[in-house]
Amino acid sequence: MIALLAFYLFATVTIASAVLVIFARNPVHSVLWLILAFFNAAGLMLLVGAEFIAMLLVIVYVGAVAVLFLFVVMMLDIDFSQLRSGFNRNLPFGLLIALVLLAEIIIALGARGSTALAANAAPVARPVPNIEALGAELYSRYLLPFELAGLILLVAMIGAIVLTHRSRGDSRGQNASRQIGRRPQDAVRNIDQPVGEGIQL
Amino acid sequence: MIGLAHYLTVAAILFVIGVLGIFLNRRNVILMLMAIELLLLSVNINLVAFSAFLGDMKGQIFAMFVLTVAAAEAAIGLAILVIFFRRRGTIAVDAADAMRG
Repeated sequence: MIALLAFYLFATVTIASAVLVIFARNPVHSVLWLILAFFNAAGLMLLVGAEFIAMLLVIVYVGAVAVLFLFVVMMLDIDFSQLRSGFNRNLPFGLLIALVLLAEIIIALGARGSTALAANAAPVARPVPNIEALGAELYSRYLLPFELAGLILLVAMIGAIVLTHRSRGDSRGQNASRQIGRRPQDAVRNIDQPVGEGIQL
Repeated sequence: MIGLAHYLTVAAILFVIGVLGIFLNRRNVILMLMAIELLLLSVNINLVAFSAFLGDMKGQIFAMFVLTVAAAEAAIGLAILVIFFRRRGTIAVDAADAMRG
């Protein structure tokens, strides 16, 4: 009973906040609604016993991606009211596309039929904890895709840095080769300084 | 009791909302990226639901890979957005016409 109530709560809040993501006037509010949607989707995943994915969703999406969005929205000086100009013009067409897509998905689900899978009313209970089962699969059979996923993240990180990095003309950066090539005899001068006279530089 | 159909319905509605978001905010790249995140979230819900109801861990593993790709895509997309804003001073999609496409 509590699980049923929790499912409907999480599902309703997820869908409502997803609607508010695309309809909010302020993009900062959109990002905050997106964070709420991710939290509730994590709750949905907890209900079927996928604890690790749920926590991953909170950590990766809320902790990294949503904060990245928030950074970009707040740091760029963008006139968002001007960007919304085509919103009402696109509304009928967008709604039409959305309704057609929803109808297609419902027809596809109906055509698939209520087979043995849909009759499987409850999540299958597993003897080992979720994270243990996930790790056993991930580090044995799916080791290569796992490493490739890490490689994708590395490429994304390097790409983001290379794209946004700019060398500014007014900053005095370090010239490593000049610094290393400097010898003591070029840098230091011994003079016999007479008393009572100024220093010649 | 909650069945697989409940989860599929939630994911379908979320997917449709994401598609609607892409169509409605056709000039705002940030909101388009957020709508893409919603699409990937609904895909993840589907994968996790099938994985749980079939008793097979593969769905959750692929949900992890989708998560990885989504994070990489958001990082690269926002980086491109930042350099685009630096050049043009706006993020409207119609301003991206340098290639006359």
